[in-house]
Amino acid sequence: MNPDASTIAAGAPIEVDLSPVAEGQDIKVFWRGKPIYISHRTKKQIDEARAVNVASLPDPQTDEARVKSGHEQWLVVIGICTHLGCIPIAHEGNYDGFFCPCHGSQYDSSGRIRQGPAPANLPVPPYQFVSDTKIQIG
Amino acid sequence: MSGPSDYQPSHPALQWIERRLPIIGLIHSSFVVYPTPRNLNYWWTFGAILSFMLGMQILTGVILAMHYTPHADLAFKSVELIVRDVNYGWLLRNMHACGASMFFFAVYVHMLRGLYYGSYKEPREVLWILGVIIYLLMMATGFMGYVLPWGQMSFWGATVITNLFSAVPYFGESIVTLLWGGYSVGNPTLNRFFSLHYLLPFLIAGVVVLHVWALHVAGQNNPDGVEPKTEKDTVPFTPHATIKDGFGVACFLLLYAWFIFYMPNYLGDADNYIPANPGVTPPHIVPEWYYLPFYAILRSIPNKLAGVIGMFSAIIVLVFLPWLDSAKTRSSKYRPLAKQFFWIFVVVCILLGYLGAQPPEGIYVVAGRVLTVCYFAYFLIVLPLLARIEKPRPVPNSISEAILAKSGKAVASIAVALVAAGALLVGTLQDARAEEGGTKPPGNSWSFAGPFGKYDRGALQRGLKVYKEVCSNCHGLSYVAFRNLAEAGGPGYSTAQAAAFASEYKIKDGPNDAGDMFERPGRPADYFPSPFPNEQAARAANGGAAPPDLSLITKARSYGRGFPMFIIDFFSQYQEQGPDYVSAVLQGFEDKVPEGVSIPEGSYYNKYFPGHAIKMPKPLSDGQVTYDDGSPATVAQYAKDVTTFLMWTAEPHMEARKRLGLQVFVFLIIFAFLMYFTKKKVWADSH
Repeated sequence: MNPDASTIAAGAPIEVDLSPVAEGQDIKVFWRGKPIYISHRTKKQIDEARAVNVASLPDPQTDEARVKSGHEQWLVVIGICTHLGCIPIAHEGNYDGFFCPCHGSQYDSSGRIRQGPAPANLPVPPYQFVSDTKIQIG
Repeated sequence: MSGPSDYQPSHPALQWIERRLPIIGLIHSSFVVYPTPRNLNYWWTFGAILSFMLGMQILTGVILAMHYTPHADLAFKSVELIVRDVNYGWLLRNMHACGASMFFFAVYVHMLRGLYYGSYKEPREVLWILGVIIYLLMMATGFMGYVLPWGQMSFWGATVITNLFSAVPYFGESIVTLLWGGYSVGNPTLNRFFSLHYLLPFLIAGVVVLHVWALHVAGQNNPDGVEPKTEKDTVPFTPHATIKDGFGVACFLLLYAWFIFYMPNYLGDADNYIPANPGVTPPHIVPEWYYLPFYAILRSIPNKLAGVIGMFSAIIVLVFLPWLDSAKTRSSKYRPLAKQFFWIFVVVCILLGYLGAQPPEGIYVVAGRVLTVCYFAYFLIVLPLLARIEKPRPVPNSISEAILAKSGKAVASIAVALVAAGALLVGTLQDARAEEGGTKPPGNSWSFAGPFGKYDRGALQRGLKVYKEVCSNCHGLSYVAFRNLAEAGGPGYSTAQAAAFASEYKIKDGPNDAGDMFERPGRPADYFPSPFPNEQAARAANGGAAPPDLSLITKARSYGRGFPMFIIDFFSQYQEQGPDYVSAVLQGFEDKVPEGVSIPEGSYYNKYFPGHAIKMPKPLSDGQVTYDDGSPATVAQYAKDVTTFLMWTAEPHMEARKRLGLQVFVFLIIFAFLMYFTKKKVWADSH
């Protein structure tokens, strides 16, 4: 009952062109049926994400560990709430990040859980930069 | 099922069979001469009611499966086509969907009856455990069945419930992938759920056979909890129990028919009339009412894994009930303390159900935790403790003695009231989609409301005109075909008029012999063409918000009625939240934005729209559409007409449903009376 060959093939890595995404914008792409948020973060969002005391977070992780160095403005996360799988809304909530409408979990501009019932940060999918404006997810 | 039978059929052919397969003897000994305690009350008819419901669900389900398409792209539409095009498809679907709720309602009564009268105690432990297994199978079947229509709540319910398994340490993610057959809930998930949803009811039927077998070995428990000792304590199953069960089933059918014919969407969620969309989460994900107490337990425990364990143990604890409650007296009738705690437990379950439907915030979370503790305390502390400290009242020596000193009528009526109230309390879960941040829409007097409601033909025809001239520029009506305009219960056009109406439209067809797509005039069998080729085009042309298809809009929108209105609604048959909302939104545009509300660029202020910022500009203004029949050309009249029309597009067979409902009710009431008097006659000398 595991995924069949065609499902696995359809789950192969995808390439996403980032050049049309302006600063402060974000796009949602689907990979393996999961929504992936790609945010072009503003300076303010990056600073906010880095200013927080990591030890005080429910799921401690630095912002540096969640983005690729040299590409700090890009945040790539799987947009599935770690609580019960709803899709959080970008640019909402008190932390300049994501807000889950189902049970009120709030994530910051690094996709880290800050408030609400979710146990963990929004996961970062495997991805790398192919060029400065293109990433490969998967 | 109670040992070898000495029954001999009189007909030689049956004797021939009986010598080779003693099946007639088996039936005779199990369901004819089988001795049943003569003091059973009506709570004992729920066994028969459940067997009836299982048969009903299998029968309607098999027929529905003949018309259903288990594919992520087609499932939603195929269910709509069952309702619209299959002969009596609306009836089959309502019977099956409401049947699931009725099945669970009956099983909860059956379980609470077992709990109250101690039916799980020695020697009926295995009988009880088989019952718990049936209940678990029912929950799995019900959940997977709810996924099949592939609406928003189906999809997101499936996502939330399958994600529960991701809480399992180490293997969690692999288990979830195995359940999904992919990397998220999708077509493979739907396919396997359909397969299992078809399989499990037959497993249930198998376990029911074991359940009945175990019952007929141990014998039925009874309200006094003393075993039958002499012939005088029992009556033969047929005719006594069969006729009594028949009367019970007839009464139950009245309730069932009320839902099927008059309140088919009362227990459902409006969001499930929106096709599944993996990119949009509904604001509140709420399971069907029968899972709510367990959902409340899940959410009240802050740790994910512990929550999942808590939820499953709430059911598994029932397996150990025979050993947790070691009191010698079976029936709570003779246990003054156990009786009180039982009713407290019932209230706890109902309140948990209520909390399961509320958003998990503030006081609801605290209350959920307290009640979760109460739930488990009943099984793990109260029952074991009562067995040691309670002094039960003396139990009668025999059933005959108990009948002479009859009492306990009051308990039954309180129980009826409580169970009914509880079912209603957890029952109404109309989605809050249209409610959040919006003013409640005003009520209207619709011609189609109430048990004798009919569509106003004039309003339908005018509404069609408004749709064609205004709404259809942006909104599709893709489930409605031109031929529907000529069908009974619709706008009342003739076949020729419908064909003429269709020919005004250009329909894309093809490919032709050259391989090209071409346009041709519409035919009655064609569906209303959508203004945009796909959702993305619709989104792009309308500033990011795709105008929804209007075929089902009056059923896909709703607003919370709140306590106690939803209980009154059950009796008054109020179910026009959708039309009220649609009509209110059409009239709710205001140029002056109230203070404190900021409306983003490209949106408009609407008093009744959730969040108030609607992308649709004010669609209707006075005099915009010319009416030929002299009706006032005002926005209020337009809104009323087009809403009536959209109610018809959402439910084209409503008039047939209400008409058949009346006939069924007349029949059922007469049938129930006949059963009652037959039962009285049969039992005349047994009381």
